[in-house]
Amino acid sequence: MATEVPKFKHGLGESYKRKEDARFIRGQGNYVDDVQLPGMLYGDIVRSPYAHALITSIDISAALQVPGVVAVITGKDLEAAGLAWMPTLSADMEAVLAVERVHFQMQEVAFVVATSRYAAADGVAMVDVDYEPLQVVVDPWKALEPDAPLLRPDKKEKQPTNQIYHWETGDREGTDATFTDAETNGVVIKQDMYIPRIHPAPIETCGCVADYNRVTGKLTAWITSQAPHVHRTLFAMVAGLPEHRIRIISPDVGGGFGNKVPIYPGYVCAVVASIKTGKPVKWIEDRTENIGSTGFARDYHIHAELAADKDGTVKALRVHTLADHGAFDAAAQPTKFPAGLFHICTGSYDFKQAFVEVDAVHTNKAPGGIAYRCSFRVTEASYLIERMMDTLAHDLGKDAAELRLQNFIQPEAFPYRSALDWTYDSGNYEAALRLAMKNIDYEGLRREQLEKRARGELMGIGISSFTEIVGAGPGKHFDIAGIQMFDSCEVRVHPTGKVLARIGVQTQGQGHETTFAQIIAAELGLSPDDVDVEHGDTDTAPYGLGTYASRSTPVGGAATALAARKVRDKAKKIAAYLLEVHEEDLEWEPGRFYVKGVLGKGMTIQELALAAYTRCPPFLEPGLEAVNYYDPPNLTYPFGSYICVVDLDRGTGQVHIRRFMAVDDCGTVINPMVVEGQIHGGLTQGLAPALYEELSYDELGNIQGGNFQDYLVPTAMETPNWEIDRTVTPSPHHPIGAKGIGESPTVGAPQAIVNAVVDALAHLGVRHIDIPITPWKVWKILQEHGLTTD
Amino acid sequence: MSKHHIRVTINGTVYESDVDSRTLLVHWLRDDLRLTGTHIGCDTTSCGACTIIVDGKATKSCTMFAVQADERELMTIEGLEQNNELHPIQEGFYQKHGLQCGFCTPGMMMTSVALLKRNPHPSEQEIRVGISGNLCRCTGYVNIIKAVQYAAEKMEAAKQVPVAEGGD
Repeated sequence: MATEVPKFKHGLGESYKRKEDARFIRGQGNYVDDVQLPGMLYGDIVRSPYAHALITSIDISAALQVPGVVAVITGKDLEAAGLAWMPTLSADMEAVLAVERVHFQMQEVAFVVATSRYAAADGVAMVDVDYEPLQVVVDPWKALEPDAPLLRPDKKEKQPTNQIYHWETGDREGTDATFTDAETNGVVIKQDMYIPRIHPAPIETCGCVADYNRVTGKLTAWITSQAPHVHRTLFAMVAGLPEHRIRIISPDVGGGFGNKVPIYPGYVCAVVASIKTGKPVKWIEDRTENIGSTGFARDYHIHAELAADKDGTVKALRVHTLADHGAFDAAAQPTKFPAGLFHICTGSYDFKQAFVEVDAVHTNKAPGGIAYRCSFRVTEASYLIERMMDTLAHDLGKDAAELRLQNFIQPEAFPYRSALDWTYDSGNYEAALRLAMKNIDYEGLRREQLEKRARGELMGIGISSFTEIVGAGPGKHFDIAGIQMFDSCEVRVHPTGKVLARIGVQTQGQGHETTFAQIIAAELGLSPDDVDVEHGDTDTAPYGLGTYASRSTPVGGAATALAARKVRDKAKKIAAYLLEVHEEDLEWEPGRFYVKGVLGKGMTIQELALAAYTRCPPFLEPGLEAVNYYDPPNLTYPFGSYICVVDLDRGTGQVHIRRFMAVDDCGTVINPMVVEGQIHGGLTQGLAPALYEELSYDELGNIQGGNFQDYLVPTAMETPNWEIDRTVTPSPHHPIGAKGIGESPTVGAPQAIVNAVVDALAHLGVRHIDIPITPWKVWKILQEHGLTTD
Repeated sequence: MSKHHIRVTINGTVYESDVDSRTLLVHWLRDDLRLTGTHIGCDTTSCGACTIIVDGKATKSCTMFAVQADERELMTIEGLEQNNELHPIQEGFYQKHGLQCGFCTPGMMMTSVALLKRNPHPSEQEIRVGISGNLCRCTGYVNIIKAVQYAAEKMEAAKQVPVAEGGD
């Protein structure tokens, strides 16, 4: 079999322009809210104004009198159908519509169905709900106190306190012993850090159009879904609908970033309403509903300790985290890992010992715990270790780059088994950091910083040398709601040599229709122009787990390459038969098999495709198609080194990012243009929580900043000109060596910015500032040191 | 609820309709006229996904009533391509990878078209200011800025005024 695929030909490695753009630049995309069906009704949700209250009554009579209102569904109606509660992705139950009690502000209480959006909103205003307010708990530490009110009496048998779980991993005794030793013979540093609750806030909010056909019993639902097949299976399990009569279509999706992984009450209500009315029902949330009620990210209170030798050689890491999961444990992550991949927190450094424990609690806040453009808590992990490395450097009086170079896992150590039991596939961390340092003239910047400091100017340089962990499975360790995390591709080569491929992952802007076409084109020696890729329709696409955690290219991309190789293997058999030679006598060059030593005697892939349908060898099935379900042997470990340079405004406390150099290594690059775009976007979503975004609550559980006027998504004014570069260290176990890139920058960037700001203030004794680093926080520090200017 | 008869020119075509007082322009465009290229991304006039051009000016159509569009000339994303020829801003977004999920793209392009009409040679900073009322969650704006620069150069080369036949 010919296994060597020449790189950088036939699409792989080329900045091939995106296929999906043709419709988007013309306004011809098809997003969920663009779907309009005959007789369609509109749903709108009555939401709780209280963060914690008993529902004493719900009066829907006035709402039913509103012109255009067709029905009002309450929790009691759903309870009668056994649908008032639904399972979350973390084995908890979540209220679809509240029956007796509301647990967070904006919780869903009733669903109004009407003939127009406006009539539905009128109906919502007329639903009269009486509440009896209860004591609100927003602080997760207070939720753990013995006298805290029990927030989830519905599951008190299973969980008698507000604590959802305690989870730990690593060698506690070994780690403790190393710390005890370091306290005498080395150095121990400790730091508390809070990574606040943030929201992915894709520009398209969540929504769905549910269309239940009473005659055929088939439910078709257009859903803003990052995982349509999983949603189909969950709908079948929860609603009791036969799975072959559920069709989930995730059409064009306007950004996901983790927000569109879970199933939300609005989807279920739209489905119920369609079944109840026999008509299609559309539900589209508005922005305030999106930020206030759908999956948030982070909300980790971290205490980290690091033990090192006096020369800065790291020895052990010890971490305790309190995770605020809100009212329901709806964290979207693999079942076996309640804190996701948080225990990747030893990062790029060769720790011999580590121990991590996480306690999760309920509070009266919206449920969630999804990623915000990252792979299951790796951002929290990377943030803490990169902050700790800088803090160690600061305390030892060492240069932050030098300390990292001293402690990196060395290139020859791969595959590297970490103290917390991950097996890193490949890496060359020093090469990435040295390239970033060279590109940005690190030494020159340090000299400049000294000069500026002498003049009273505040300039900082921050480094982040992160290691990502993406591409879940393997299925034996990773599952979503029990379903193993494989992925899939089906390749059909038509008689004229054109290809239709369908994939189990689902694009929300990443460009799969382009890059997956390039993978197939490279494997078959075709032009990507001749390969169309479809996704997102569960009636046609092979089963897949969807797109999140940067798993599309590592898992779906691998399935795609292997499906194409199956096609090529079959084409080879056909070629051998028709050319009357043995298979081993054939050579492959992109697009063609030929007889070894007889360059002129061969058949192109197009000729072989036609032959598969017109003169197929008698010992083969006709046709040229293949499907592959790929269960990866390991995760992939992209990495990079970022260097950020900031100047602080002593008048306002504002942080100005002067330069940001990002060196990424995602293994083999399929499309440099697309990779570059992913990095730009990912960096901006790393900037956002570092300086701007926070979803906070007051003591009564009222959301502070639940819309785009208050929740500060960076605009073009805040976003710097990102400078990027790359190294290439292929994954040894991925069929084309690719590792995934979408989330690395969001994982790696925040701590580079924070490290830079802290570095600018380090000579004042500042060791840490919690994100988002607002001008107010910086200004207060400057004022305390008498450094503010007019 | 009172109805109002309106007559609006959109992308060169005259549309007449009876609309409720409270119907937002964006809902009329999307739900009634099925011009779904104009998107909705927020409820506070912050994101700019609904931006269209009204009498030559970039306007957030979520913050105008349909009735306010009576007797005015509108241009939406669907009107950019003329005679099967892409507008330079469409080419720019395609060539420079100025879009990913595509959701902010129509509003971003309409804002850019109005910007280039007002200022055919914007500096990078002027482009940043010009598109600061439009949020993009995917691109980090880097390639959007390049797309606008591409369009500016292309239009300069063609020596033709951008936009909006029917604009001011």
